[in-house]
Amino acid sequence: MTTEAGTETEVKEKSEESAAQPDQSEKATEENQEVASAENVATEGEEKKEKDKEGKGISRFLPPWLKKQKSQSQVPGKETSPTKEAPRTQEAVAKVTEEEEGPAPAVNGHPEEVEEKEEVKLEQKRESPSKASADTQPAKEEKVEESAEKAPEEAKSTAEGEGAEEEKKEQKGEVEGEGEGETLTSIFQSPLRLVRKAKMKLVVCHVTLLDGTEFPCEVEKRAKGQYLFFKVCEHLNLLEKDYFGLTYKDNHEQRCWLDPTKEIKRQIRSNNWQFAFNVKFYPPDPSLLTEDITRYLLCLQLREDVASGRLPCSFVTHALLGSYTLQAELGDYEPEQPRPLDYISQLTFAPNQNKEMEEKILELYMSHRGMTPAQADSQFLENAKKLSMYGVDLHHAKDSEGVDIMLGVCANGLLVYKDRLRINRFAWPKILKISYKRNNFYIKIRPGEAEQFESTVGFKLPNHRSAKRLWKVCVENHSFFRLNTPEPPTKARFLTLGSKFRYSGRTQTQTRQASSLIDRPAPTFERTSSKRISRSLDGAPVISITEAGRDLASSAENGREPNLELPSDSKVQEVELSLGDVEATPTQSHGPTEPVLSQSPLRVHGDNIYVRHSNLMLEDHDKTQEEVLKHQASISQLKRSFMEAPPPSPPQPNQWEKRLTSSPATTLRIQQQQQQVVSVAQTEAAAADNTNSDTKEPGKTTEVEIEETVVIQEVSKATKPGHVTVTMAPPVTPPVQQEVREQEVKAAEEAVALEEAKAGKQESISSESESEEEAEYHPNVAASISHTQIPEEKEEEIEEEKREEDMKVENSYSTPDAASLPTVASQSAEAAAAEAEESRREEERGKKERAEEEERAEERETEESTEDPMVTPDETPNGHTLSEEGTAALVALAEEEKEPKMNGETSLAEAEPRPQVICCSEPPVVKTEMVTISDTFAAQKTEIATKEVPIVHTETKTITYEAAQLDGSADGEPGVLMTAQTITSESLCTTTTTHITKTLKGGLSETRIEKRIVITGDADIDHDQALAQAIKEAKEQHPDMSVTRVVVHKETELAEEED
Amino acid sequence: MAGLMAGFGNFTHAVVRGIPVSLAKEALRGKESEVDVAKARREHEAYVEVLRMRLGLEVVELPADESLPDCVFVEDAAVVCGDTALITRPGAESRRKETEAMKCALKELDLNIVEMTDETATLDGGDVLFTGREFFVGLSKRTNQRGAEILADAFKDYAVSTVPVLEGLHLKSFCSMGGPGLIVIGSSEPAQKALKTMQQMSDHRYDKLTVPDDLAANCIYMNLPNKGHVLLHCTADEFPESVKVFEKLKDHMLIPVSNMEKVKVDGALTCCSVLINKKANI
Repeated sequence: MTTEAGTETEVKEKSEESAAQPDQSEKATEENQEVASAENVATEGEEKKEKDKEGKGISRFLPPWLKKQKSQSQVPGKETSPTKEAPRTQEAVAKVTEEEEGPAPAVNGHPEEVEEKEEVKLEQKRESPSKASADTQPAKEEKVEESAEKAPEEAKSTAEGEGAEEEKKEQKGEVEGEGEGETLTSIFQSPLRLVRKAKMKLVVCHVTLLDGTEFPCEVEKRAKGQYLFFKVCEHLNLLEKDYFGLTYKDNHEQRCWLDPTKEIKRQIRSNNWQFAFNVKFYPPDPSLLTEDITRYLLCLQLREDVASGRLPCSFVTHALLGSYTLQAELGDYEPEQPRPLDYISQLTFAPNQNKEMEEKILELYMSHRGMTPAQADSQFLENAKKLSMYGVDLHHAKDSEGVDIMLGVCANGLLVYKDRLRINRFAWPKILKISYKRNNFYIKIRPGEAEQFESTVGFKLPNHRSAKRLWKVCVENHSFFRLNTPEPPTKARFLTLGSKFRYSGRTQTQTRQASSLIDRPAPTFERTSSKRISRSLDGAPVISITEAGRDLASSAENGREPNLELPSDSKVQEVELSLGDVEATPTQSHGPTEPVLSQSPLRVHGDNIYVRHSNLMLEDHDKTQEEVLKHQASISQLKRSFMEAPPPSPPQPNQWEKRLTSSPATTLRIQQQQQQVVSVAQTEAAAADNTNSDTKEPGKTTEVEIEETVVIQEVSKATKPGHVTVTMAPPVTPPVQQEVREQEVKAAEEAVALEEAKAGKQESISSESESEEEAEYHPNVAASISHTQIPEEKEEEIEEEKREEDMKVENSYSTPDAASLPTVASQSAEAAAAEAEESRREEERGKKERAEEEERAEERETEESTEDPMVTPDETPNGHTLSEEGTAALVALAEEEKEPKMNGETSLAEAEPRPQVICCSEPPVVKTEMVTISDTFAAQKTEIATKEVPIVHTETKTITYEAAQLDGSADGEPGVLMTAQTITSESLCTTTTTHITKTLKGGLSETRIEKRIVITGDADIDHDQALAQAIKEAKEQHPDMSVTRVVVHKETELAEEED
Repeated sequence: MAGLMAGFGNFTHAVVRGIPVSLAKEALRGKESEVDVAKARREHEAYVEVLRMRLGLEVVELPADESLPDCVFVEDAAVVCGDTALITRPGAESRRKETEAMKCALKELDLNIVEMTDETATLDGGDVLFTGREFFVGLSKRTNQRGAEILADAFKDYAVSTVPVLEGLHLKSFCSMGGPGLIVIGSSEPAQKALKTMQQMSDHRYDKLTVPDDLAANCIYMNLPNKGHVLLHCTADEFPESVKVFEKLKDHMLIPVSNMEKVKVDGALTCCSVLINKKANI
């Protein structure tokens, strides 16, 4: 069976060329069948009757036993509201199916689907990390989803007469699943859910458009925000949709952004399906918008903003803007028109409109003769954009002294107003961290030239909700306006509570790039009269957003699905870690959400980083553009889809997506409930692998491609109310040290906490928000991520600098992580056990075994397909690690260069299974030997290692080899942790930590790779051999590099240790 | 027709006022000094002549009022931007009545008059720096928060940021605009600090021209139809070093204007006129 990656690529190509040949895909025949069914699903999303059939199709893929298991697994977690989860699962399934059918889209006549596919995957895997794809997805995807969702219920409704057929399909589905990791997800569907879902209703959403009209839109009750949004955009014929969003009123009558990635139903709470279409991000320069229709919609929003007083402007400006409005809507002034003032007075241009203003408007209007509507709109925008409050989203707050202030979030940063006066401003680059805790909102400020330390500024918001809203708006605005690409999903290594919310849509950069590819004749649209606006302003609660309302509204809740929260929580933490690297001490960074005044000796680094950042950003940006242009030709027919689909710059984004896709975290998120099972299975599979590798020479262990990080993430995710096989649990005493154990415990605890939190969230969305008492966001880190993501090998310095601290952190963690895995696993297993019944477990096991098999198969395939097996496995995991820490760039680089073949899917498959760590209850380490190959900081590292490995050592030996060429310049440059793997066998525990440091010297980039291999075990270790092996490997892996330093640190413990 | 915020520095009118004899003795001043009224008047005449003859502005000259020793410093009495004029409430009690004549004059010029009626508000025009894109209001001995708020209300199109003035009389005692996006700033520590504040508060980027003498940083920038960039600045007699800096502005028509006497009563170049663009916005 081909790996997903390969297939996918091929499929894409094919679809591009000939959309109608799904059968030719290289997938197995069964796949074809699946495809067919999937196609049906996709196509019939809109047609109910057909849906029914199709729905069955999907359900067919789900073996009954699998379904059962699934349901069971879910039950424990969401006892309260099992039904809620159902839709998601189903969606996931649907998506999976779709993915697998590369050709399907083409067949359906939606060439865009090809593009979308990737996104779909992304979405599925990490739900919202690449919001880019998610948000921007064309409606079709949604349709598919919808149909998928409906399918189950229909399947149920449909008699079981088709049982036989279904069975067949199920089997096929299984087969598929074996072949592809993602499919696993689908396999573990909950039939119960499906059944319960039975009567899925359609709901009519009423969306108030910017012109005041109402757009009724029928959606499936479980549809996500995205679906409705796309529907609306479709209705509006809007392509540049990233600037817009839907709002609804929450229970507190506050306007909230509808999260595209979440179900509508779970957001609106009340049964009030009323929405408004609004501008979410005001483009600083509307003239850069591609289409007039976009500008027109922006004008409509601004007219409302102005008329409502939300966007204050002077008398003259009111008059000027009003005159352009008239010109745009009415065309040239008609002198013979009777009593124009009467007409004008019917319109609302300003909150305090008077006769004088209307006369002025008329006067100016008459002077616009000859201006086309589009020109008038442009003029309108050119003036409106200069207004000081243009695009500023105000939030009520109090400063530390209890003084009422307003916090304004805008494209450039955070503004602090006292009454009308701006009393402070924090540009995004100045902000190191944004966080909230309860009703407090904090920003950590980069020190200025004079100051030495960061400072944290705190504000009091009226309540927790408003604090969170503000925080979200900040996160989104920062991401949209300042990042090149949305912040990647982070993985959970150490879990924290808090919101994992991140902006998942496209950034302005991306949307601009995408817009530049728009190639359609300017759509014709009708400019409706402002009369409507005014009317709606008067009476319609929907459209008139009061100032307060707006504030709220802007606090979009783009969060991810509740289920997804766990991962992102951890993400938060991780981000913090990385931040810490950037600016402060690692320890500090660990302290979660509490913004503390920190004194960071590394401060200077931070500044430098920032500056370089900007440079980087520009360069990268340019390149991207170029590439985009190049690419343009080849995808001309897909332009539209491209526009709507993935992040704009094809080359990079693709990599990006792949990486994301390959991220275990992503998978986890998507898989959510199902995943536990999967992960377990994988773990086992990996375990098997490990065992094999373990038997090898200690030195060789390095070769085993095991990603600790990945494992951990997996496990932590598994903590969800899933069932983890107990089998995994027992051998939990890793031959590591106390520290490690502590870590484990900690992790376990966290996991439990998370579980609980999660459970709470699942019960109700509202609780979700409440449960998120706090969250953090590190703008700068994020920024760096985006920049570094761009596959420019050279300018990674930033990263490295940041990494400096990071490395330490990483190091200290790497071992514990590995060790903690088993613990966590056991923990989750226990939890699962508590919740799940034994019978279920058995079922699970059966599944797991299958999964295992699949996994292995996949692994093999992957390796084969990968050009450089050694590198690839490492890198994929690396990607996770990096992204967690904000180092995503490196990974991206690596992937791009080395694994063109490697598809996100593939890597995913591998990554997950590998992370197996076999921990045995064998006696702890007796001897420890460390072999370190490093450049500059070897000594430093060794020390750390020693510390972190609290072995009782009676004998210590350090051997250092240093190449003469090593120059002083390598003064402890910060590095980037590329990998951290631990392989544990009965007698040995080998941990390999790889840091990559890249430096720019006189225009030349220097890459340094540091590998730290820690071998712990009670067996006799030939350290000479280990060293030789390590060097050899290092050379093999990086033939173009030279080994400059080798440090061997050997600790032998003679004393007997406790068990 | 100009759009919003176009034509920075383009002025058509100037309002000035004569120097009363009382200036010598009664005008407020930071530190004791003897003022020669005749000399000051000559200086002022030269100043007005530059505006009228050299630059071709239509100058509205208000008569001096002996009861208002500081009345020559009209800038403090009103802030004009576009076609809106904010009549201030000067921070110094003795100067409050200066606004009356100013209000009449500006009304005659058909500006939209906004008055600062709030009894708690104080604002001196000398604390208001308009950069073309936004306002900075110095919070000084003469200007308070409330005054700044009212200004912000009067000019809703623009961001209004407050800047603490730690030393000196007014914000513009050590800075002014030297061109679009160019802030002329003194080199004293308070001046530099204020500049930093302004830069931090602004969404826009400003270049700075640092002159050695704070007082020399007060100059008048105009962008006139037939003359391009015009800068009225101190003379070499007063601040030779600073003049050297101004002379580096190659694109500007540089017009040194003596201000030796008026400076003794804390009068700077900008203080002596209110500049208006009758065709500014629309």
